[in-house]
This record gives sequence, C-alpha cells and structure tokens, in this order.
Amino acid sequence: MYRLTAKALAKRFGSRKVFSDISFEVGSGEVLAIVGPNGSGKSTLLMTLLGEYRPSKGEVIFSNDGSPLEEASVQATTSLVSPYLNLYDSLTAEENLVFFASVAGASVTGKTINGLLSRVGLEGRGADLVRAYSSGMKQRLKYALALMNGPEFLLLDEPTSNLDDQGKAIVYEIIEEYAGRAVVVIATNESEEQRFASQFCRLGG
Amino acid sequence: MPANSAGLVAKTFAVYAKDIRIEFRNRYATSVVLMFAVTTLAMISFSVGQASLDPQLLAALFWIALFFSAMAGLSAVFVREEESGTALTLRLKADPTAVFLGKLLFNFTLLALVTIVLTPLFFVMTDASTGQIWAFILVLLLGVIGLCSATTLIGAIIARAAFRGALFSVLSFPILIILLLMLVTATTRALAEQPIGEMLMELQGLVAYAVVMLTGSLLLFRFVWRE
Repeated sequence: MYRLTAKALAKRFGSRKVFSDISFEVGSGEVLAIVGPNGSGKSTLLMTLLGEYRPSKGEVIFSNDGSPLEEASVQATTSLVSPYLNLYDSLTAEENLVFFASVAGASVTGKTINGLLSRVGLEGRGADLVRAYSSGMKQRLKYALALMNGPEFLLLDEPTSNLDDQGKAIVYEIIEEYAGRAVVVIATNESEEQRFASQFCRLGG
Repeated sequence: MPANSAGLVAKTFAVYAKDIRIEFRNRYATSVVLMFAVTTLAMISFSVGQASLDPQLLAALFWIALFFSAMAGLSAVFVREEESGTALTLRLKADPTAVFLGKLLFNFTLLALVTIVLTPLFFVMTDASTGQIWAFILVLLLGVIGLCSATTLIGAIIARAAFRGALFSVLSFPILIILLLMLVTATTRALAEQPIGEMLMELQGLVAYAVVMLTGSLLLFRFVWRE
C-alpha cells in the first residue's frame, strides 16, 4: 500500500509564515482535500509535498508497504496537475506526451497516446501545436500527461480550473477512478471537488 | 552497455531532440547568437581596417567575438524553461542528469554552429593567417567544450533568480576568466605558428578545465536543479 505522510510540516518565505504544523497520512484509496482561502498556502503545500520547495520544518515521506520510496521511484509514481505546470507550446500534444514518456524512461505507443487524448476529450487534436490550444484544452492535456504513468500519487491543484462542464465531468470521473486505488491529494475550494475527500487539511484557519 | 547507461543516453537524447526541435521551430537562440556574432565581427572589421594585427591581439578579438555571441544564447536554455513554466514539469518527470546532458549537448551544437560560421568570417574580415591550423582547431574544440560546460551550469543556477542578467555576469567572470586567458594564449601560439610543444601547458590546462567543469557540473546540477 502506498502512503503519503506529512510530519509537522512548516513553510516560511523569509519572515512570512505560509503554514505550520501540518501533519497527515493518506494511503492508497484515500483522498485528502487541502482547503483554505486564497493565499492560505494550498499550492505551496502541494509544491512542498513534491519537493519543489524545501520545508522550513518537518518532513514528507512517500512510502510503499512501510518502506520509504527513493527519489526516482517517487518521480515515477507521482503526477501533478496544476496551473503552475505547463507543457511545451511549440510542440504538438503528441510530441509533448512522447517527450515526457521518453525522459521518464518509458515508451508509449501511438495507441496509448490516442487512448489518453480520447479519455480527456482531445481526440483528433493530438497533432496540433499546444500554442493553438485554449486554456481548457491545455488543462485537459495536463490530465493526459498525469495519467500516462498510471500514478500511485495523484496531486491536483485547482483540478477543474479553465474547464467547461464536459471537462469537469471528465475530471470527476478521473478522481473517482483514482480515489479507489491511489493516493489522491486535491487543493481546492470547490465543494464539488471536496465531496471526494475522506480527509481534510484546512489552511489559514 | 548497462541498462542504466542506455536509459540515460536515451533520456539525454530525448531532451536534446526536444530542444533542437523547439529551436528549429522558433529560432530563439540561433538568431540572437548569429546576429550578435555578425555584428561583433563587422565592428572588429571596420575598426581594424587594413591594419595588420599581431597574433595576440587577433586571438583576443576572436575570443571576444565568440564569447559575447555565446553568452547571448547559451544561458537561455534553462531561463526559457523557467519563463514558460515547463521547468516544473521537467523537474517532476525527468532525470536531472539527462536534463543537464541534453542541455549541454544543445549548447555545444549551438556554439559549434556559431564557431563554424564565425571563424572563417573572422579570418576573411581581418585578413589574418590561420597559423597552425590543426592546433587552432584543437584549441577551438577545447574552448567550445569549456565554454559550454561552464555556461550550461551557470545558466541553470541563474534561471530561478530574480536578477538573472546581473547574476550571470557576476558568476561568469571568475569561472570563465581562467578559461579565456588560456584560450587567448593558446590561440596566440597557434596563430604565431609556434610548435605544438610550446602550447602543451595551455592545452593541458584547457583539457583539465573541461574535465573539472564537466565533472563538477554533473555532481552539482542535481542540487542546482532541485533547490
């Protein structure tokens, strides 16, 4: 069983405290919702969990069956969808997916890519440059990338931002599927997204 | 080849091919670097006129032209990733060593291209003799490797900083000045047609610089990239 543990996590930027004393443990099949007002540090907490920011205090542990995972294993089993994460505008959607699979040491077939694009409602648009995509299509493409490695840890920051109703329905389906088998962490203020949560982490309170 | 090394080669090539493909479509770095090179050369040519310059001055002018052209483009490989927001995606998905080696290869290709274009133009415009051609090419090759390995790491260090331009100059000066002094001395000897035995110390120095910079960069990059 995969598990994500935060122990007494704190983050400061200079003299400004973003959050402090955050602890939780989420296992496979559980969903943690990080909630709080704008500027309360939801995205910062996600980035700290991913190692993008070094915590000022505390530690983050990704583990499987009680054994901590090494950095490469965390990388291979974790996916993020976030407004701060971008794909290459000068590449097509297919080229982006092939590139990120290659740098992760995996190989993907055209069939897999078509399946992923179809799943997020981008069938027939794989050969278009990403710069020609709308913000909603880019958000859908981020989900295609996130699902490509069949993640055990799925971290979502504002999961339905920029999406239309059809896009939101696709995301809810994805969350529902992964909520049954992976560690899912959602940073959100939308009640529609919080309904999947089995645990809450409240910031800025 | 062990599986890990084969994997690293494939990942490195993926980063390199991606950068080449994006550069081919946008020509960000190539146009900046080539325009800088041609402008610098034109200024040198107009200033020198018909005057015959001694090898030391020629060598200094040559490396000034190449150095400033290179600086205009080489540091951008990581800055572009940060500015476009793709650095986070790359950090989450890619092996840091493959990222560094892919970017290094890209910078090497770019600088080699500039060198191939700039060198013959320099000799035509200054009407200088190439001297010991093979020694000169060897110095060029070692210079390109040294410049690339240093600027790729410095580019990664400054990419997430607020005042990138100023920081790049401050960091580059102490790291690159040693390399440039060795390059100017070795090039002077090659242009003056001195025997290769007299250049041995500079050549050893250039090889040592390249080895130290490459090894140091490979060891340090993981921390620079993650922090």
